[in-house]
Amino acid sequence: MITGSTTAAIVARGVGKSFGEHRVLDQVDLSVAEGTIFSLLGPNGAGKTTMVRILSTLIPADAGEIRVAGHDVRADAAGVRAAIGVTGQFSAVDNLLTGAENLRLMADLRHLGRRAGSRRVTELLERFDLSEAADKALATYSGGMRRRLDLAMTLVGNPRLIFLDEPTTGLDPRSRRTMWRIIDELIADGVTIFLTTQYLDEADRLADRIAVLDDGRIVAEGTPAELKRRIPGGHVSLQFSDPLELQRAAALLDVAPPQNGKLALQVPGDGTLASLRELLEQLDDASVEVEDLSIHTPDLDDVFFAVTGRSNVQPTSEEVLVR
Amino acid sequence: MSALAYTVTDSATMLRRNLKHQLRYPSVTVMLVAMPIVFLLLFVYVFGGQLGAGLGTHHAVHGDRTAYITYVVPGILILTVASAALGTALSVATDMTEGIIDRFRTMAIARGAVLTGHILGSLIQTVIGLAIVLGLALAIGYRPTAGPLGWLGAFGVLVLFSLALISLSAALGLAAKSVETASNTPMFLTLLPLLSSGFVPTSTMPGGLRQFAEYQPYTPVTQTVRGLLTGTPTGTHVIAAIAWSLGITAVSYLWAVRLYNRRRAADPK
Repeated sequence: MITGSTTAAIVARGVGKSFGEHRVLDQVDLSVAEGTIFSLLGPNGAGKTTMVRILSTLIPADAGEIRVAGHDVRADAAGVRAAIGVTGQFSAVDNLLTGAENLRLMADLRHLGRRAGSRRVTELLERFDLSEAADKALATYSGGMRRRLDLAMTLVGNPRLIFLDEPTTGLDPRSRRTMWRIIDELIADGVTIFLTTQYLDEADRLADRIAVLDDGRIVAEGTPAELKRRIPGGHVSLQFSDPLELQRAAALLDVAPPQNGKLALQVPGDGTLASLRELLEQLDDASVEVEDLSIHTPDLDDVFFAVTGRSNVQPTSEEVLVR
Repeated sequence: MSALAYTVTDSATMLRRNLKHQLRYPSVTVMLVAMPIVFLLLFVYVFGGQLGAGLGTHHAVHGDRTAYITYVVPGILILTVASAALGTALSVATDMTEGIIDRFRTMAIARGAVLTGHILGSLIQTVIGLAIVLGLALAIGYRPTAGPLGWLGAFGVLVLFSLALISLSAALGLAAKSVETASNTPMFLTLLPLLSSGFVPTSTMPGGLRQFAEYQPYTPVTQTVRGLLTGTPTGTHVIAAIAWSLGITAVSYLWAVRLYNRRRAADPK
């Protein structure tokens, strides 16, 4: 019988980790199918990096069973290491070497041999648009170039499973899109990717499956569509210039007025034309003066709010960029 | 390839990495070699006449200063070794703050290769430093009487002692909480030559200090090098020098490996 089941690149059961009194990970279960991209989403301090460090053999877990690329992380760390590539949150390049030398170093450590190593280095420099800067000191590299080199170094040994810990944090929009394109290419090659991000749009854009990590626990898991489906609908936000008008609208629409003194009212609704027209007619009939109106379709932010009971403390990537 | 072959290959790769660092940023090497050179010139030209007279070994043809050069150069060579070893703590501690170390730890790299690369890189740096300092000493009138075997023996003892101090310094660099601390803790390595037979005979020192000077490792190493290069009696110093060097190397290396492996357990976040 032919089954559609795929092998798992990562299986983790009941992973726990504490630093002193502080519980960073609590009973984390996750499973990543081969050839897919899995995103661990969560705010700063949720435990994402700790999870990556455990899965990539950098630190041991206190509890749990973990198999990565078919090897037990505790019993066969060397087997795991030979199969994975890791691009951490902090730049893992040798700042005293040139770009080409950094790649060469990786080729030597992967025992590619002189000829194959040189070929791989040249190939990666081209693919990551670093050929021109190949022999320049890293001090002259921009943040985006550095991040590209970092990822290129991870790919030298052709790993089939790659960990990317917040790969686009702090990048400008162009570098971010380049990074996303590279990730797309890796996926096309059949590489499995474990991605952490605090950006909802990034997880939405890239991931096959998302697990929301909050305070060391997985609070939701599913495809982006599944997660969004958990939210019944979006809302229409009405802006008022006069508090009295807001009070009237709140009474009319039977919506709780905001507690924070803002002159905005959130009316549940999916933002379809029909519902919008109905809403406007209602307001019109009662001659309520609305200054502005915006439609808010459900996104992962709402999911985050729904599963954690609070709003995601991190702005989206685009919002960070305009600051 | 066997595990041993991988260890050799990976260590060589790490050595190349460290040598490139040294070549690209020679200022550290220059600084480390400058110290013994300053001491050499200071002790020969400022204190040398007086100290040489105190040695009581000069003959008519040679001046006091020349006699002192002959006495002090082995001490300066040991000081060169100690000074170069300071660089190891600094480079190891600096390296540990770099993200690339975490990358190495997620790769299937032979155990100890990172440390071995640092230690061998420092050893090469030390040998270069020794050649420069010795060249200068010869230029200002140092005249060793050793034959090829004597030179070889002196070189061997200096290399062994370098390995000891470099390994110790590597461990101190790993134990340090910051790069600043790492540049300070091994400083005593460069003070100990002054409290040995390196600059003046221990017999001229007051009680207590004299015993310390006679029994600390720098004295047998200095006496051995001095004996091999200029024919002074070495006695049991040779055995003591080798035993100290091997002992310090073994203990320090094991300590360093332990520290390097334990660092992974500490998560910065």
